[in-house]
Amino acid sequence: MIAIVDYGVGNLFSLACSLKKIGQDCVVTEDKHIISVADKLILPGVGAFGNAARLLNESGLGEVVTGCAREGKPLLGICLGMQLLFDVSYEYGEHRGLGLIPGVVRPLSGDTENLKIPHMGWNSLDVKNAGCALFKYIKDGDYVYFVHSYHCVCAEENDVAATSLYGIPVTAAVARKNIFGTQFHPEKSGEVGLKILKSFCELNGGC
Amino acid sequence: MLAKRIIPCLDVKDGRVVKGKNFSALKDVEDPVKLAAYYSGCGADELVFYDITASAEGRKLFSDILSRVAENVFIPLTVGGGINSIKDFERVLKCGADKVSINSGAIANPYLIADAAEKYGNQCVVLSMDVKRVGGRFKVFSRGGRDETAIEMVSWAEFAQRSGAGEIVVNSIDTDGVRGGFDIEMLKAVCDAVTIPVVASGGAGGIDDFIKLFNSVDVDAGLGASVFHYGEVSISDLKAALKRGGVEVR
Repeated sequence: MIAIVDYGVGNLFSLACSLKKIGQDCVVTEDKHIISVADKLILPGVGAFGNAARLLNESGLGEVVTGCAREGKPLLGICLGMQLLFDVSYEYGEHRGLGLIPGVVRPLSGDTENLKIPHMGWNSLDVKNAGCALFKYIKDGDYVYFVHSYHCVCAEENDVAATSLYGIPVTAAVARKNIFGTQFHPEKSGEVGLKILKSFCELNGGC
Repeated sequence: MLAKRIIPCLDVKDGRVVKGKNFSALKDVEDPVKLAAYYSGCGADELVFYDITASAEGRKLFSDILSRVAENVFIPLTVGGGINSIKDFERVLKCGADKVSINSGAIANPYLIADAAEKYGNQCVVLSMDVKRVGGRFKVFSRGGRDETAIEMVSWAEFAQRSGAGEIVVNSIDTDGVRGGFDIEMLKAVCDAVTIPVVASGGAGGIDDFIKLFNSVDVDAGLGASVFHYGEVSISDLKAALKRGGVEVR
């Protein structure tokens, strides 16, 4: 059973539907007990980092997710959910994340010149870590769907599983042992996205 | 590289798709779920569902079919038509919409853009505008292009961006339905004014129109309705032609 962590941010309908489509049992929940006994966790999210981090903190769900991840439970952060795995974000101020992946979240506008923000649409993946479990069923150059205005900068190069070119190589996916993240939305990335979710669902250990 | 997007727009009335032709691969072209799955399979990058129902029962049917589409089709879904309040946003987002397109609702209440962007994020709010040349100026029209407003296109686009819209759809009334190609001049004026993605709408008649569009102006996507529904252009052929023409597509 996969638990989709519901901390009050964003639309989880499509994500739950996409897991159902690939035959994966899942539950959308804010129940800490269910989250702690689930096999795997997905941390979704859209909107502003500061608000999401506050909700995770105040509800205590951030602590539960962090605890599970440190024990080795597979965790996938999607979009803002991936950004929340990092140490700190500079989106409208400075906000602490969960600190599971070393690095920071910065505005795209500061790092890309003359490009439209948000980075919205289908972009191709440059796979950096071909052995990453998330990419078992897809290939380098496959397109996935992005919508974001801030991007993750890993402190450790090895954590970058894939990038996509948007002025600069933007971190598209991260992998650090049992902890994964996708800046793009696999649940909105057609067949390629479903294959990425499938490979996460099939995980036992890390990457 | 970021790909240019091709977006079919489906008008839905009382839970059925209006317009459309007999696709040989598809028995019931009026079924939104089947048509959505068909387009997604052909390589459509996104789908727009436009609710042209006026009644409450029709709205309910629309919500139902939207959920069924979202359960089966895993590409971004935009919903427009009859969006006048935050409640309307909530109604369609709950059913699986990713983006919500506002038009007359934003003209009636311009604060709706900022309110929705704050609540659901910029990525969720699409400002759609119907524009026509009046006395040498680009004027915004409301109520499906019926009523002229005092609003000038470029200032409206700038206002939308400042208010937090994540994308702008420009529908040229002058070229809409004529199928003589997109309104390059109008689209250029918007692209020069804003830094958020711009979607071109109105005027697509054939594959060459899309090639010309992407080679002439820095829009992010081309939207079409009848050009796809009546089968003049198949999305897979269009994408192959764009690729040959040097346009980045998925």
